[in-house]
Amino acid sequence: MGVVQDVRGSRELVLNLTRREIKGKYKRTFLGQLWSLANPLAQMVIFTLVFSFILRVPPDVGDPSGLNIFALWLLCALLPWTFFTNTVNGGMGALVGNENLIKKVHFPRVALLAANSLSWMFTWSIEMVVLLVALLIVGSNALPFVPLVVVFMAVLSLFATGVALLLSIANVYFRDVQYLTGIVFQVWFYVTPILYPVAFVAEQLNKLPALFGRVSVLDLYLLNPMAQFAEVFRNLLYDNRLPELGTSLTVLAWGVGVFLVGYLVFKRHEKGLAEAL
Amino acid sequence: MTQAAVSVENVSKRFRIYHERNQTLKSAIMRRRRALYEDFWALDDVTFDIPEGRTFALVGDNGSGKSTLLKCMAQILYPTSGNIRTRGRVAALLEVGSGFHPELSGRDNVYLNGSILGMTKPEIDAKFDDIVGFSGVEQFIDQPVKNYSSGMYVRLGFSVAIHVDPEILLVDEVLAVGDAAFQEKRAEKFAEFRRDGRTVVVVSHSAPQLRQMADTAAWLVKGKLERVGDAKDVLEEYMDASHSGEVRIDAEGRVHHGSGAMSVDHVEVFGGGGPGSDVRNGQDMTVRVHYTAHEPVTDPVIGCAIEAVDGTYLWASNTFDHGPRLGRVTGSGVLDCRAPGIALAPGMYTVITSLTDSTTQHLYDQVRDSARFGVQSGAEKFWGGYVQTPSRWQVP
Repeated sequence: MGVVQDVRGSRELVLNLTRREIKGKYKRTFLGQLWSLANPLAQMVIFTLVFSFILRVPPDVGDPSGLNIFALWLLCALLPWTFFTNTVNGGMGALVGNENLIKKVHFPRVALLAANSLSWMFTWSIEMVVLLVALLIVGSNALPFVPLVVVFMAVLSLFATGVALLLSIANVYFRDVQYLTGIVFQVWFYVTPILYPVAFVAEQLNKLPALFGRVSVLDLYLLNPMAQFAEVFRNLLYDNRLPELGTSLTVLAWGVGVFLVGYLVFKRHEKGLAEAL
Repeated sequence: MTQAAVSVENVSKRFRIYHERNQTLKSAIMRRRRALYEDFWALDDVTFDIPEGRTFALVGDNGSGKSTLLKCMAQILYPTSGNIRTRGRVAALLEVGSGFHPELSGRDNVYLNGSILGMTKPEIDAKFDDIVGFSGVEQFIDQPVKNYSSGMYVRLGFSVAIHVDPEILLVDEVLAVGDAAFQEKRAEKFAEFRRDGRTVVVVSHSAPQLRQMADTAAWLVKGKLERVGDAKDVLEEYMDASHSGEVRIDAEGRVHHGSGAMSVDHVEVFGGGGPGSDVRNGQDMTVRVHYTAHEPVTDPVIGCAIEAVDGTYLWASNTFDHGPRLGRVTGSGVLDCRAPGIALAPGMYTVITSLTDSTTQHLYDQVRDSARFGVQSGAEKFWGGYVQTPSRWQVP
């Protein structure tokens, strides 16, 4: 597999490109990197106000942690989701935005996507640390689970990078992709149990008859990989328990699978990029 | 026999020219058929070797495929068939400063650009002072590059690229950047490359510039290799062929290019003593052009240029910049170009004479070897080179 050599050969380049992304993002702002926290905080406040205060959506009670705070429960799933969309959106623009570079310099193009993912992973890590501190303050016992959280963050990063690799190529040929993705992400956000507990959906969907055999509508609903990721992160951080083995494996399969597919597709089209752009 | 630094083997490159390209998903789905396209062969079965340690010029008119070939060598484009093998580290100077981030400082951009071009951090650390020194932007190296002048931007980009230390350097018409002082530095750097036995491949359509530096050349015409060989011969042939209009050879065996509405009859060069006298360094020189207008023309421009015997372009003058408007011209005529106190060093020179229309865009006639003359030593002794001007030494 060429992935490892690719990464090793262009490590320096990826790191420098990542630094460019991170340093360039908040240049000339007073608050600098703090702005990366502003967005999730604002979302947290808005969603908490609307869904918890006005609509009275009860969060799942942490089992066994016993936590019952909507804002934190929300963030445990919202932060991974924001990371995912940021990475994919950024990745889609990575090739088109660096057209100049691609047409004039020979270098492994994967480095652009890798740098995009790494820069968002950096941002996300800061957010997660802040979230962790908040959880610890309110009495969550999340510390022992931190190593696993890191593992699953890596898995989600693979998944997000895989999707970004696929869509970045698609976007070179059809610029529609970026606009289409914007809409898809909105729909995807609301069909993923981020703002509401899965139990709500289960209650409604279980009223429907089974589709064929033993497969219910709920099973289909849970095919959504982001729903699985959300559950894993909530289990670890909010509930303070291990996620189910099945869920963990599904998530792992999604991450590795999508990444490999994305990587292969990218490699196949890499050579034509200078021409297609 | 030295090894080939770059071998180009049966390389062809096809581009698809889409008439109605499916650029949106909608059109791709709705049309339900493949987009209409035409194949365009930018390169057609090109084969040649570039020997190690040479400065190799790749010439051709616009659209001849020379830049495509260079991009194939740089692995930015990939040949449709055939292959290119390179021996050693390749660096391409296709555009300088691509990949600079405007908000980052010059320092950060040197590291960023260096790593894009394949340098490692210790390498850049070691060369950092050289890179900055060469570019001449020391004072501003910690400023964001968006505050740089375009000249500084280009100089820094060029400086990074040239310090990659490649065995093979590919250069695309970026030679004309920067002010005179920087051009000089750059020429020095290229000379150093040649001395070190590195291979340089230059693409350009400016043949005079190439003639100074290249020793081997390939000439492409519409994607096919026309000639490859000694730079002097190939470039001469390319220059002869690339002039528009018909080519005529007159009774004296001189080659004329141009539409022929006017023609250069003969050209004399003489010194201050009138026709037939010797041209002496530091004294007056006259170039007398005899011409014939075969049909009436308005405000033609007569120009002449002087080249040294090795082909170095030294001096030029024309009536557009330095002379009177000639008005309506019919039949034969004579015009003198007088140059007082010429700086040409003693030696042999040739005169290129051309006649163009008032815009200088349309060529009536050009003769490359219209006259030859020698410059005799003036009062001063001569120490070599092309130019000789008075000088004195004194304690400041």
